[in-house]
Amino acid sequence: MPAIEAGFARGIKGPIVESLSHDILIIGGGGAGLRAAIAAAEHNPKLDIAIASKTYPMRSHTVSAEGGMAAATREYDSLDKHAFDTIKGSDFLADQDAVEYFVSECPREAVLLEHWGCPFSRDPDGRISVRAFGGMSVKRTLFAGDKIGFHMLHTLFQTTLKHENIHRYDEWFATSILVEDGHASGVTAINMRTGEMSSILAKAVVLSTGGCGRIYKFTTNGWIKTGDGMALAYRAGVPLKDMEMVQFHPTLLPNTGILMTEAARGEGGYLINKDGERFLKRYLPGKMELGPRDIISRSEMTEIKEGRGFEGPYGSYVLLDIRHLGEDVINKKLSFLKELAEKYAGVDPVHEPIPVRPGQHYIMGGVNTDKTGYTGIPGLYGAGEMACVSINGANRLGSNSLTECLVFGAAAGKAAAEYAMRQSMPHLGNPLQGVAMEEETRVYDQVLKHEGGERISSIRSEMQSTMDESVGIYRDENGLSQATRKIAELKDRMRNASVEDRDHVFNTELISALELDFMLDVAETIAYSALYRRESRGAHTRTDYTNRDDAQFLKHSMAYRDHGRPRIQYSPVTITRWQPEARVY
Amino acid sequence: MTKDSGVETATLKVFRYRPEVQTEPFVQEYKVPYRQDMVVLDALNYIKDHIDGTLSYRWSCRMGICGSCGANVDGEPKLTCASFLHEFKGKEIKIEPLANFPVIKDLIVNIEDFMEKLDHIKPWIIRKEETPLEKGEYRQTPEELEAYKQFSMCINCMLCYAACPIYGMNEEFLGPAATALAYRYIADTRDQDHEARFPMVHDKEGVWECTLVGECSVVCPKGVDPMLAIQKTKILGATQILKPPRRGK
Ligand SMILES: Cc1cc2nc3c(=O)[nH]c(=O)nc-3n(C[C@H](O)[C@H](O)[C@H](O)COP(=O)(O)OP(=O)(O)OC[C@H]3O[C@@H](n4cnc5c(N)ncnc54)[C@H](O)[C@@H]3O)c2cc1C
Ligand code: FES
Repeated sequence: MPAIEAGFARGIKGPIVESLSHDILIIGGGGAGLRAAIAAAEHNPKLDIAIASKTYPMRSHTVSAEGGMAAATREYDSLDKHAFDTIKGSDFLADQDAVEYFVSECPREAVLLEHWGCPFSRDPDGRISVRAFGGMSVKRTLFAGDKIGFHMLHTLFQTTLKHENIHRYDEWFATSILVEDGHASGVTAINMRTGEMSSILAKAVVLSTGGCGRIYKFTTNGWIKTGDGMALAYRAGVPLKDMEMVQFHPTLLPNTGILMTEAARGEGGYLINKDGERFLKRYLPGKMELGPRDIISRSEMTEIKEGRGFEGPYGSYVLLDIRHLGEDVINKKLSFLKELAEKYAGVDPVHEPIPVRPGQHYIMGGVNTDKTGYTGIPGLYGAGEMACVSINGANRLGSNSLTECLVFGAAAGKAAAEYAMRQSMPHLGNPLQGVAMEEETRVYDQVLKHEGGERISSIRSEMQSTMDESVGIYRDENGLSQATRKIAELKDRMRNASVEDRDHVFNTELISALELDFMLDVAETIAYSALYRRESRGAHTRTDYTNRDDAQFLKHSMAYRDHGRPRIQYSPVTITRWQPEARVY
Repeated sequence: MTKDSGVETATLKVFRYRPEVQTEPFVQEYKVPYRQDMVVLDALNYIKDHIDGTLSYRWSCRMGICGSCGANVDGEPKLTCASFLHEFKGKEIKIEPLANFPVIKDLIVNIEDFMEKLDHIKPWIIRKEETPLEKGEYRQTPEELEAYKQFSMCINCMLCYAACPIYGMNEEFLGPAATALAYRYIADTRDQDHEARFPMVHDKEGVWECTLVGECSVVCPKGVDPMLAIQKTKILGATQILKPPRRGK
């Protein structure tokens, strides 16, 4: 019998007694959050920094990134090339000043990560190896086998341990941002171990909670990717930008949604239809398998629609064929892909092609920030997949996201440190105490103790199906407006849902309910932003408005929360040196 | 697996512990619809979504890389997202929390002990002199990478601690994963103070406690060989002891 740990059963609702405080509070211990923490700690070793995260940092979904991270480090490459590839990839919706800053910081961030110990793959001369990636005009994606995210995350996490001024709240779930006099002053959070809620006060708060892929059913994203930080910021009054821009990756295993990395194509893999053709010759003759994800995913859908896909128990699919790379290359450079294909699809890619179909992978949109991570609410910063600076516009290039976490994580950490150094510590008097008490009532009385309602899993499942079907790769007016109605209905039903688990100790069902509540808000901003963008651009494909319309829509969608619903406004795109042109590859 | 009204089902006997409801642990049986390609985690998720919302466990990536989902499956420490129901065909599957850790609730165990040990072994690159970033990356050949690479593959899933009889008897023992990670830095050409970690790995609860049972290396889902790391550290330690002590240390 395993030993049990007694003494946790406390924390039954009562006034928030505990109030904790730090100079800087970072919500999320993924790539972006850890990088922010190190940046702040290095900026001023006297600052008291804390990372609160609903999982142990090394469990964050950054861990699953496979292919690599982009940085122009080679003599044949240049910052301008990296910038232009990114901007063209974004279908000209990226802010070009942000992209220029991003590409100029990437090489430095890559070297830093290497100095901190990341076990990058190496060329014989000892330099970090680079590989080709979709939409990148030259080889610039640095890699560590096909586990770059895992190595990056563990390297960053282990590096934070050397800083004595970085504290951690592992398995603490943030439920709301405390705002006082228009300033972010901390968060309310549940210590999952005890189930108690506390306010953690801070002079500056950095959100780095990752993406929201679990809004969809068929996704590469892990269970924890529920858009929490987007909902937290949105509820605190920050607009969510370009939320309709959701990336669908072309190569997921049909059953589980587990990703077959783009590195497979970077190393020379083929996509094949039922007739044995490399069908991309019809869509991306100049790039073939190294094209951008939005176009490849649509090409697969066209092949399937026109009868050139395969039928399987988990829907139609095409094949990813890497046999010709040979066992040696596969074992050395794509060993994780091999392990995943064997285990989860029963296919040995050395000898057989792998069934794949497109599915949700990433969100380009997110919390509106500037280049320093600033959200517009004094004291509130954001970075990583959760944020939208925007460097990704309407379509992110593979391998830009990890470097984005580093570059903007560092920028946000530094900006938060500078801000915190000028501020005094908020304290839990009025009105903060009142706000925190209200949050406690919401969580414990309205969610935990509510009886007799429906299960949250049915609401979650209907939300995911709606998003897959109506807010997926192809969209139209009818489907999108239906989706907005469906989400409104689900939000109503959510108010009446119940959890079965009434415990305080590690109540994962309560956490799931709070996450679902966040996801419904985020899903609604996606559906509305998609409904009103009546054009096709990047990953946003409207079957009823098939062209890009620069005259009307070369602008960012901004979803503000207005009486609980999104109100969509627009803001200009920054163009510096690259005028929009037709996006052909 | 059995057939109930035409649907094939699998039976899971799950260890439950809910300290606020009942002071003693108990075992609960669940039947879930069975599919050939289901992993244990899918079965747990099915239970959570459709049968019993109170069942508690950790998971996230469902692809064997985040290290969250370890449990004792049929007596062996496994990642529940990487062990398939068909491996237990014809049996009731016993699911328990990882052995050797205190249980917080159901399958959720307290791993704080490991987190402290990890901190303790200084798992970061220690430099006597920093090279400016403008000079670029530290060069490291593929062979130099190979010397420590497998030890950097640890996902901190704790299966090796659940399998280690020494850790079961003495929780002060540094244990497999922490030693593998210490060796990972010791063997990295970029690290300039290997000796900084020697006191931790060589003190009385360090590598010398290990009696080479080797279960850690057998259960590791990522092909890390912690026992080899322990061996290598022992050898390094033995040769180190013969060196004259450095001044100022
Ligand atoms: C399978 C896969 C492969 C990928 N491959 C690549 C690649 O090769 N190259 C590339 O550039 N990009 C890749 N990406 C994208 C990239 O990995 C992610 O965009 C990036 O890692 C996101 O990092 P993050 O720090 O923003 O978030 P995450 O790593 O998701 O971290 C979020 C953190 O926030 C915490 N958190 C969330 N909500 C709360 C809350 N309410 N309270 C407290 N804590 C909270 C979580 O616990 C976690 O610690 C891939 C993505 C996937 C899914
Ligand atoms: S869920 Fe991540 S390792 Fe199993």
